[in-house]
Formats: sequence, structure tokens, C-alpha cells
Amino acid sequence: MSYKNPVTTPRKSATFDDYTLSEIRRAAATGIYDIRGGGAKRKVPHFDDLLFLGASMSRYPLEGYREKCETAVTLGTRFAKKPIELKIPITIAGMSFGSLSGPAKEALGRGASAAGTSTTTGDGGMTEEERGHSTQLVYQYLPSRYGMNPRDLKRADAIEIVIGQGAKPGGGGMLLGQKISDRVAEMRNLPMGIDQRSACRHPDWTGPDDLEIKIQEIREITDWEKPIFIKVGGARPYYDVALAVKAGADVIVLDGMQGGTAATQEVFIEHVGQPTLACIRPAVKALQDMGMHRKVQLIVSGGIRNGADVAKALALGADAVSIGTAALVAIGDNDPKWEEEYNELGTTAGAYDDWHEGRDPAGITTQDADLMKRVDPIAAGRRLANYLKVMTLEAQTIARACGKNHVHNLEPEDLCALNIEAAAMAGVPLAGTNWVPGQGGF
Amino acid sequence: MPVFDLATTELRALNQALHALDKSGANEDFEVTNPRGSHAVAVGIDAPVNVTIDGSVGYYCAGMNEQATITVKGNAGPGVAENMMSGKVVIKGDASQYAGATAHGGLLVIEGNASSRCGISMKGVDIVVKGNIGHMSAFMAQSGNLVVLGDAGDALGDSLYEARLFVRGTVKSLGADCEKKEMRAEHIELLTKLLADAGITDVKPEEFTRYGSARTLYNFSVDNFDAY
Repeated sequence: MSYKNPVTTPRKSATFDDYTLSEIRRAAATGIYDIRGGGAKRKVPHFDDLLFLGASMSRYPLEGYREKCETAVTLGTRFAKKPIELKIPITIAGMSFGSLSGPAKEALGRGASAAGTSTTTGDGGMTEEERGHSTQLVYQYLPSRYGMNPRDLKRADAIEIVIGQGAKPGGGGMLLGQKISDRVAEMRNLPMGIDQRSACRHPDWTGPDDLEIKIQEIREITDWEKPIFIKVGGARPYYDVALAVKAGADVIVLDGMQGGTAATQEVFIEHVGQPTLACIRPAVKALQDMGMHRKVQLIVSGGIRNGADVAKALALGADAVSIGTAALVAIGDNDPKWEEEYNELGTTAGAYDDWHEGRDPAGITTQDADLMKRVDPIAAGRRLANYLKVMTLEAQTIARACGKNHVHNLEPEDLCALNIEAAAMAGVPLAGTNWVPGQGGF
Repeated sequence: MPVFDLATTELRALNQALHALDKSGANEDFEVTNPRGSHAVAVGIDAPVNVTIDGSVGYYCAGMNEQATITVKGNAGPGVAENMMSGKVVIKGDASQYAGATAHGGLLVIEGNASSRCGISMKGVDIVVKGNIGHMSAFMAQSGNLVVLGDAGDALGDSLYEARLFVRGTVKSLGADCEKKEMRAEHIELLTKLLADAGITDVKPEEFTRYGSARTLYNFSVDNFDAY
């Protein structure tokens, strides 16, 4: 019997892990950066790192299901003649027709309407499906102005001027040629089959002073009726929010890095912008410093998944939250029932993010006529409404346990953090201590 | 004829009066006096009405216009006739940046010069400039026609899509993916009509050079690395 020296177990590098190696090989083979949909996948401090304290000797809880805990929110009380009244503090984020199929947009409209909330258009304009099935529709006003026209502007319930989004603050978009169907091409006024770049800067204003005048123009065009939202990515939330208030926003939408996109570079999604949790307190501080908290409403988005996330965002000072990725999952995105087809695309249910390729087995991020038939807008809308109601019930449950008769009465004092990072970002004490890292300007 | 004196009347009253017009057959002439550089004058109209503005205007005059004919007897600030859908806008003086930005239709005539980014991201509008245009004009222009009787500044037609550019004078430089094109009979015919629509009779279409997209950047390729 021959002797063999013992060998060490093969060890892979933590720095050059399997994903990194595969990305190097992919880049070398294709000569193009990785493009994908969705938001940041890396682990960042998030709402899971916060806990509610609940009521006890020092706080009175409210009786579950019996004592009222209000959830209604009014958006646009600053200047608009016709603010939006929502039954729940959860809205549907902007997602474009083009990146999403017509039936998917219809399902979002149906679900949001059934739950008493709003949905939002995206780059590419307003479709009849979503206008027809959305009782409250927010019309996005984007740098590309694809499909932008005054008739749709006037039949919207609010207008959201998009400066940026959490997945790519400072970046535009790209709808690759394979998703440019006849209908998409016509709405965007471009030839079929070409890559459509969505600009990163608005074409007719360049800074907050110009934006103030742009907002004046939109208000004049819509007779000062409609709330004007400004959407920013999580870059410099204190200053971005302060400037948005200065520019005349009724509502500010703040989207952290976990917020999804239809398509952009992986390197952009994972390396630019701040986590949602880190953005909220500076944004609220800006509003408070200007005397505008609750007067200009703050909607927070990027990684909201359940009622606990909703309650935590509101406790940190938001007026409402917005969901995109979670809404897509509710209507059928990444459903394991399509696992075989996901495997054929080289992925698995739960990880599919090549939304820009237009081959989504779930029929949501596609313009393929056969695939999109897989979305039944009525059934999918019903699922979304259920999900929105569950999230609201969960947020109410937590709020009652904290003794609040409106979800807006939740406050940072109701929270503690599980780790130092989250404690510092959320400005709440580390659990078991009265230590708020960074307090005092550190 | 309704006259709105912006020295004594709120801008909102003017725009709301214009929005209240019967979309199908409004045939009134509006006059606006003392605009004094006001922003958002005569915006969001959707009626076949004539509006004459006696003086210079600020940002976004005639923004999102549909059907109306709007004449500015003065200069126009940034974004004049932005996102116009139809109708006609005439600027007797000069226009600032972004004239006709993202406009889908109608005709914008600038009798003086236009500044930078004239026709940026235009989506079907026709723009005729009697003077010169500034740098980065027709940036990412998607469709429509830009006619310039004078000279064009740097980076004309950068990242151009299917818009057609006609320049009678010199072009300081062309932007990425913009190239000189042949003037065919169809373009002469088109230009003849555009000049006539703009009321220009003393210039021949043959005097212009056509520029358009080389279409090399329409789909991503690593071989275009230097252009990115």
C-alpha cells in the first residue's frame, strides 16, 4: 500500500468567488458589461436589522382588529388643487410599458385600484391598459420623454418628475432592440430593433433652479390641479430632498439601491447609490429642517417586502412606501412553476433577472405575444390586491402593538437596531443599549 | 379680441382662458402684452387659436402646444415650444437653449438665432432657424426635420436617430454617428415645402447640405469602444 501525503481541501478565494470568476469569463467572451434587471443583490443593512420594541409597562397597545388603526395617506397637499387620497400607505412604483408587457401593466393597475392605491407609468408613456384599470395613476415625466404627450399628462392623477432611481442614480436606461416591438417602437417614435437609450438628464432643464420653472410650466399646463412628485435615487438624500422642496415638489419619492430597474449595468446596480435604510433619516431631517415634514410627503422605495418593512419606513419618517419588485413577484414574476424554462435560460426561479432580453417565462418582462398571454390580468391583479392588503394588515398589527392609532404615528423611538451599522443609518439605539452610533455628528 | 396684460393679470388667468377654449373650433385671436420675460406663457393649449405675444418671454413659452399658432414678437428663453404636438410657433427674435426640445409635431420657426441644443431629442417636429444654431443641436434627435439657414455649432446631431438635418452654412463639427448625406429629389421636395411653410422665399433648397445618422451606434458593439 503506497503512502500519500494528506492534501488540503480545495479552497476557493473569497475575493475571486464563483460569481466573480464567471463574470470575468463572461466579459472576456462577450466584450460587453453585464446588463440585468432588478436592484442590488448584495447584502446591505436593511429593515431586517431593525426591531420594534412594542408596548409594555411604559406604552399602551391597541386591541388587534378592534381598535382602529388608520392607514390612509394624502399625497400632494402643498400646492395641488386635487391631492391624491390613498387608502393604504403603499403605492406601486413606476415601471414602463416596454419593459413590462401590456397584461402585466393592466394587472398592476387592477391590483392597486382594488387595494385603494395608485400605480405609476414609466419610460415609454401611458397605455390604455393602465389608465383604464388604474383609479389613481401617476404619470412619470422622464428625461427621454418617450411617449410623453400633454393629453396623457392632463389625464393623469399626479405627475412624477424622475431625476433618478435607486438602482442607478446618475444613469439612464437602455431598452435593447429585442424588446422593441411595433407597439413599443411606435409609442417611443423610434425604429424597431434598435437599442433605445433613455437619457440620464432632462433635455430642457439642468438644475434645481431650472426645475422650479419646469414645475411651474407643468402646473400651468395642468391648471395647478395635479400633485407634482419628484423622484430621486438614493445618492445624497439630505441635499437632494432639500433641493426638491426648493424646486416646488408636492411629494418626494426616494428610491434606495435595492430598488429595481428594467435594465442597466450590473456594476451600476451594485456599486452606485446608498441602501434604502441609509437614505430615510437624512431625507426626513431635510424636511424637518425646512419645516416641511408631513407638508411635502415622502415616499420611500427600494426593497420593501412586507408590512414590517412598511412600518419601519414609516416609523423613520416616511409618509408612504412604494413597491416594484415585490409587486412583480405578486403578479407572477420568478414563479417556480416555470422552473424548467428558467433552467433553459441558464437560471433558476428566484434568480431570473435578464428582463432586458424579453424572454421572461412568466410573461411579465416581455413583449413576446405568446409569453405575455401567461399573465391573466384579472387573476394577477387579484393577487397583487391581496398582497397589498396583507402588507397593510401587517403594518397595522405592528402599529397597534406600539400603541398607535395611525401608522403615521409610528416613530423612531419605537425602534432599536440589531447591529451598529443599522443603528447608525437609522439613527436608533443598538438593541439593549441607549447608544445611537453617530449621534452628535460623528 | 381678448387681450391679456401680464403687467396686471396673473399668468394663470391667461393659461386657463386658453385651456377653456373649445377644442374643436376656437377661432379667437389672443393678444398678450407686457410678457416681460415671464415663464410658461401660452402653455398646454389644445385649440386652433392664434396667440400673439408682444415682447420677449422666459422659459417654456408655447410648451406642449397643440393646434395653436403662437407668435412671439421678441426673444424666447429656454425650451420654447418644448414637446409641441402640432400647430405653429414663430419667434421673431432669437431663441435660447433647447428650442423645440422633444417636440412631436408642428412647426417651430425661429427668425433669429437659436442657442445650444436646438431640437434636442426632437420626435417629429419641423424646426426652421433663419440664423445660426449653437452646439449639440439635434442631440439624440429621433425624427422630424431641422432646417438651418445659417451655421451650426459643435457636435451637430450627436447620437442622432432618424431626424433629418439641413444646414445651409457651415457646420463647426459633427457629433458621434452623424454624417453628411446625399440630397436626393425627395429631400429637395421636402425642403421646398418646409421653407415655404416658414415663409422663406429667397433661399433655394439646393443651397443646403443634408446630415443624418450613420446608424453605426444603433446596437451595442464592443468594436465601437472608442465611441463610448
